[in-house]
Amino acid sequence: MSHRHVGSLHAPDAEMAVKNARDVYTRRNEGVSIWVVEARHITATAPGDKGPMFEPSESKVYRHPTFFDIPEEVGHM
Amino acid sequence: MYAQMIKTVSSGVKSRDEMSDEERAFQDKIDRDIKIEPRDWMPEDYRKTLIRQIGQHAHSEVVGQLPEGNWITRAPTLERKAILLAKVQDEAGHGLYLYSSAETLGITRDEMIELLHEGRMKYSSIFNYPTLNWADIGAVGWLVDGAAIINQVALQRTSYGPYSRAMIRICKEESFHARQGYHAIMKMAFGTPEQKRQAQDAVNRLWFPALMMFGPSDAESVHSEQSMAWKIKVKSNDELRRQFVDQTVPQIEYLGLDLPDPEIKWNEERGHYDFSDPDWKEFFDVIKGNGPCNVDRMKNRKEAWEDGAWVRDGLLAHARKRAAAKVAAE
Repeated sequence: MSHRHVGSLHAPDAEMAVKNARDVYTRRNEGVSIWVVEARHITATAPGDKGPMFEPSESKVYRHPTFFDIPEEVGHM
Repeated sequence: MYAQMIKTVSSGVKSRDEMSDEERAFQDKIDRDIKIEPRDWMPEDYRKTLIRQIGQHAHSEVVGQLPEGNWITRAPTLERKAILLAKVQDEAGHGLYLYSSAETLGITRDEMIELLHEGRMKYSSIFNYPTLNWADIGAVGWLVDGAAIINQVALQRTSYGPYSRAMIRICKEESFHARQGYHAIMKMAFGTPEQKRQAQDAVNRLWFPALMMFGPSDAESVHSEQSMAWKIKVKSNDELRRQFVDQTVPQIEYLGLDLPDPEIKWNEERGHYDFSDPDWKEFFDVIKGNGPCNVDRMKNRKEAWEDGAWVRDGLLAHARKRAAAKVAAE
């Protein structure tokens, strides 16, 4: 199940954080499961580093299966 | 619900030549519609102005709960009561999204709340008007949230990433607010003569305060040039106000109510409605703290904060005790 960041909140402990997250971020049936993490435990890349971090993958098109032409006779692969 | 009349912290818009390299790179990003994120470099004035704007917007969401909360126990049906509760709960959520995005700029929520309570930060003037009858609750959802939506839809494109994302989320929830309000006032307008009279009274009283939500006229908004350049203000006050009037007049007509301003008339040439300005003297008076409910609103906010302190303290004490017990057990 892939989780997506939906927002921040304040809570005295993890248990209350889950309760608050339920109240605040699942009022429109968005809820399936909730993860809460203390902000101080997150290590993140800087948005400014987007280029050096992620651009190298752009030049490696051979990582995608469509890079390779497989003859039709071989069938589905 | 939102911010109005934000005093931009700036000594005037700089030309490209006057900017430092950092400032130029920052402005280039904004011009290319690249969002500014919390850890990016930003001019100190941009940061300060945004704290004011987002903080005031957050305060408006929270104080905005008061005039509506006034009617929760007296809603005419259980269904209307549940709807109103859900709406007021949304406003608390909107306050949280906005406080959270302001916190990414280096101020805490507690600091902002303190500034509000000291009268050093403001909230929208609209919430200093009373909700006198049930039709007012319909009119608030329809007109006040309707006005807020117009402003907030524009702000989805604002340059500061966390603010923009909060706006997108808020806008998704806001149309429920406007529609439930219009639905409630439709019931009144199409009801008994007495209900219709109350609906008319609500529209008459709330029309001009709703127009004031967009802030003073463009000629008076001395600070908007810099905010526009920074894209923390996306459309001018008058432009947004005109959009609101154009959208709302047909909705009033559908209800069969009289227009609250005799000057409202379709202007074929401009392709917009003509309408009267609100009483700007009243507006500035309300902003200064002399509206009908300013004192009450602040008293209620402070009481809620102070009377709730023992709950916050208790939860923290409990959390600390449990954390200590956990460490001891390990």
